[in-house]
Amino acid sequence: MGGTEQHTLVVIGAGPAGIAAALAAADAGVRVTIVDSAPQAGGQFYRRPAAGLGARRPQALHHAWGTWESLNARLQAHIAADRIRHLTDHHVWFVERLETAFTVHALVGPEQTDPDTVTADAVVLATGGYEKVLPFPGWTLPGVVTAGGAQAMLKGGLVLPGRTVVVAGTGPLLMPVAAGLAAAGATIAAYIESADPKSLVRHASTLARNPAKLAEGAQYGAALARHGVPVRMRHTVVRAHGTARLEAVTVAALDAEGRIRPGTGRRIACDTLAVGHGMLPHTDLAETLGCALDGVRVAVDAEQRTDVPGIWAAGEATGIGGAVLSLAEGEIAGHSVAAQLQGTDPDPRGWSAAAKTRSRLRAFFAAIDTVYAPPAHWPESVTDETVLCRCEEVTAGEIREAVEGLGAGDLRTVKLLTRAGMGWCQGRICAPGVAGVAGCPADTARRPFARPVPLGVLAGPADTEPNRHH
Amino acid sequence: MSNRLTCDVVVVGAGMVGAACALYAARSGLRVIVVDRGPVAGGTTGAGEGNLLVSDKEPGPELSLALYSGRLWQDVAAEPGLGEAIEFEPKGGLMVVSDPDGLHALETFAAGQRAEGVEAVPVAADALHGLEPHLADGLGGGMYYPQDCQVMPTLAAAHLIRRSGADLRTGRAVTGVLRGADGRLTGVRTDGGDIHAPAVVNATGTWGGEFAALAGVHLPVLPRRGFVLVTEPLPAGTVRHKVYDADYVANVASDSAALQSSAVVESTAAGPVLIGATRERVGFDRTFSLPAARILAAQATALFPVLGRARAIRSYLGFRPYLPDHLPVIGPDARLPGLYHACGHEGAGIGLSLGTGQLIAQSLTGTTPDLDLAPFRPDRFPAEEVPR
Ligand SMILES: Cc1cc2nc3c(=O)[nH]c(=O)nc-3n(C[C@H](O)[C@H](O)[C@H](O)COP(=O)(O)OP(=O)(O)OC[C@H]3O[C@@H](n4cnc5c(N)ncnc54)[C@H](O)[C@@H]3O)c2cc1C
Ligand SMILES: Cc1cc2nc3c(=O)[nH]c(=O)nc-3n(C[C@H](O)[C@H](O)[C@H](O)COP(=O)(O)OP(=O)(O)OC[C@H]3O[C@@H](n4cnc5c(N)ncnc54)[C@H](O)[C@@H]3O)c2cc1C
Repeated sequence: MGGTEQHTLVVIGAGPAGIAAALAAADAGVRVTIVDSAPQAGGQFYRRPAAGLGARRPQALHHAWGTWESLNARLQAHIAADRIRHLTDHHVWFVERLETAFTVHALVGPEQTDPDTVTADAVVLATGGYEKVLPFPGWTLPGVVTAGGAQAMLKGGLVLPGRTVVVAGTGPLLMPVAAGLAAAGATIAAYIESADPKSLVRHASTLARNPAKLAEGAQYGAALARHGVPVRMRHTVVRAHGTARLEAVTVAALDAEGRIRPGTGRRIACDTLAVGHGMLPHTDLAETLGCALDGVRVAVDAEQRTDVPGIWAAGEATGIGGAVLSLAEGEIAGHSVAAQLQGTDPDPRGWSAAAKTRSRLRAFFAAIDTVYAPPAHWPESVTDETVLCRCEEVTAGEIREAVEGLGAGDLRTVKLLTRAGMGWCQGRICAPGVAGVAGCPADTARRPFARPVPLGVLAGPADTEPNRHH
Repeated sequence: MSNRLTCDVVVVGAGMVGAACALYAARSGLRVIVVDRGPVAGGTTGAGEGNLLVSDKEPGPELSLALYSGRLWQDVAAEPGLGEAIEFEPKGGLMVVSDPDGLHALETFAAGQRAEGVEAVPVAADALHGLEPHLADGLGGGMYYPQDCQVMPTLAAAHLIRRSGADLRTGRAVTGVLRGADGRLTGVRTDGGDIHAPAVVNATGTWGGEFAALAGVHLPVLPRRGFVLVTEPLPAGTVRHKVYDADYVANVASDSAALQSSAVVESTAAGPVLIGATRERVGFDRTFSLPAARILAAQATALFPVLGRARAIRSYLGFRPYLPDHLPVIGPDARLPGLYHACGHEGAGIGLSLGTGQLIAQSLTGTTPDLDLAPFRPDRFPAEEVPR
């Protein structure tokens, strides 16, 4: 690429958004480094069985496999031509803002103990999202897994999480999970959705503009019917039973207010409960950089720029909306970065197709969001003994005592008084549950380190840059 | 307002200092309302550490207050259930010097403290590992301070307010003061209605100057930022005391605005080790500072090399309330009858809180205060033009 001093884009995250951003920027001649914690490209969606597992037909677990294959081919071509560098197994713990550039700090090594840094002129945050799971009695039993976790086990490890599975919670994500598990040979004892998707008809026009999405939904619906999966809408899991591990769940119907209808409880035997209540964007790196948030997501403009110059964000970090939306946002970010780094005027005509897809899908997911929701009164079913924070073993009773007896009124004070959210995961898992039970808003906690970082690394010299690109 | 809210004293601020004022005022028979615009301990109390130190203080009014408070902390911790609830640990402090030359200066410093009643036990270089097995090799020696203790500040504030029986009103901001015809304070105005009382205590910490301005008096409280690093839970005994480098003392007393740090390393009841804190005068800037975290980590790992492998899981920051002469304001404000101040404790407000609360209660009830309040007078700062 000639010997001239070149600007470098660092893309954090190798999911659909990150790859699309990297490809668009590299196509325009920008030098790109992708930094990702996973061993392979693909992110959450295109998660593939590890090479060593020798899967013969990974595509059987994926729809849109073709899209992935063509993206991956383009990625590999850029890597071969040294236009894109992909740093795998790199866990970014901090993005440091310097005068005119950024230093991306990562941890590497089998235990993530060693430092590596990359310097960037621009950064695209494409860190995706993570699953939200709300607590209920018994949710900490072995055998209770997140919906995404069940899916990941299937996609990444080719193992079935269990034989008899109940899929429960809320949101469109549950559908592919249930269909995937059924296709892999699990018995789906029940599909429990707390929302009533029938109310989607209120958004008929938005839906009509997204025929592909509707078809996808219909396909999953048909798959579930084919496997004879009992589907229960406006139902919820009230409790998971078992001593050493999960043996059954009790599910019950919900009334119009989202309260459990007395007398409707039914016990269903199962060895696995795959449960999820939607996704939340990863915002740690953005927040520490000082990027503004819009609710729980990173705020971006039409070009996917955050309000911090030099920082873009794309994909589920900027709002949950599936792989196709992530691809579109990533592509727009890549174009915008390239224009800025090369000092040309960004030309939105270059990404008009992606922009159209983006607005169509954002409208679709906004509609979806109004429909899929956990039962309004879910905290009422959480008994005092239920452990909400697993890291610190804090029960719902202790949370309630902190609010009612000690004067806590927000998530931070609840945390300080009970230690809920103070442990290893820093509340990433329990915060929505704790906030719900405490009756306070689930405001995003500031987490300066996106990953726990050894003090020896922090203490180390600030300017070692073994990985300064080219 | 149909039901008029009245009491004997309104404490504004539900931090550690407000909690202490509420406790002792209530125990001297007053009806107390504590009001805070946020939750309990939502200010600096929930954003600092809980060292109750005598070791870092030179002879003078602050040390007297620290020793006085220390005795009250012992009493409070001995009340049934309370010591455990607030994670009180009389673990002692260990100040170390990097080379033997520093030992001489430390001994001179300690001699002055001993004259005031501080226990300070010299520790020879070869005895350091007996106290702290994981300390770095090659340190010059140190001084052991058995009176240094530790609490969990948020728990302490919340439990002391509850123990006081005071009426706690959170989520209510004080927006002004009420005055009688004679100009005396007669209560506070809040965004949730008026509260009437013949006495009002300003326990608003770093916001003490703003509150004073609401009442029309000058009080130059300013913020001094501090970062704390928190590690993952570590095996018990990794760090046993509060350990810090003797440079800390110079640092605390410094007037410089630049970033300074000498890490105090301490374990907590729940396992994590806290490393804090930096001192910096940058106003109310909440931006995370990697350089600050790096300095803390470097200092902590220099003292305890084993910490190099321990992971920092988070970091937080707070704003210490400081006054130009680094002493708090405690007592009645001669400029405005009915107004009392209890703020500006800088980096020692947890430690100094109980003594402050007791002195305020004594002022409120007209008893002679146990300590001379002259050094803490609220009107000791040159009066500026005060808008009326
Ligand atoms: C169970 C499940 C089923 C789904 N099914 C569908 C479906 O059927 N149809 C559909 O359209 N969508 C589906 N999705 C959603 C789809 O996976 C996402 O929309 C898409 O992957 C988002 O892309 P992204 O690039 O924003 O983030 P991701 O794909 O999540 O990629 C983010 C990447 O960033 C990396 N990363 C994050 N933080 C760091 C860090 N600090 N340091 C280094 N790397 C980091 C992660 O390791 C990851 O590789 C499903 C998701 C799940 C969980
Ligand atoms: C990093 C760091 C480490 C520290 N370490 C230690 C230590 O180890 N030992 C120690 O003793 N001290 C330490 N400190 C200092 C200590 O935390 C403070 O001195 C102490 O918390 C001050 O308590 P306070 O009650 O005066 O103030 P705060 O806790 O700030 O309480 C003041 C309250 O007033 C409320 N308020 C303000 N204005 C209004 C209004 N208008 N209406 C209603 N309410 C209002 C606020 O919401 C707040 O809750 C540390 C501080 C920091 C930042």
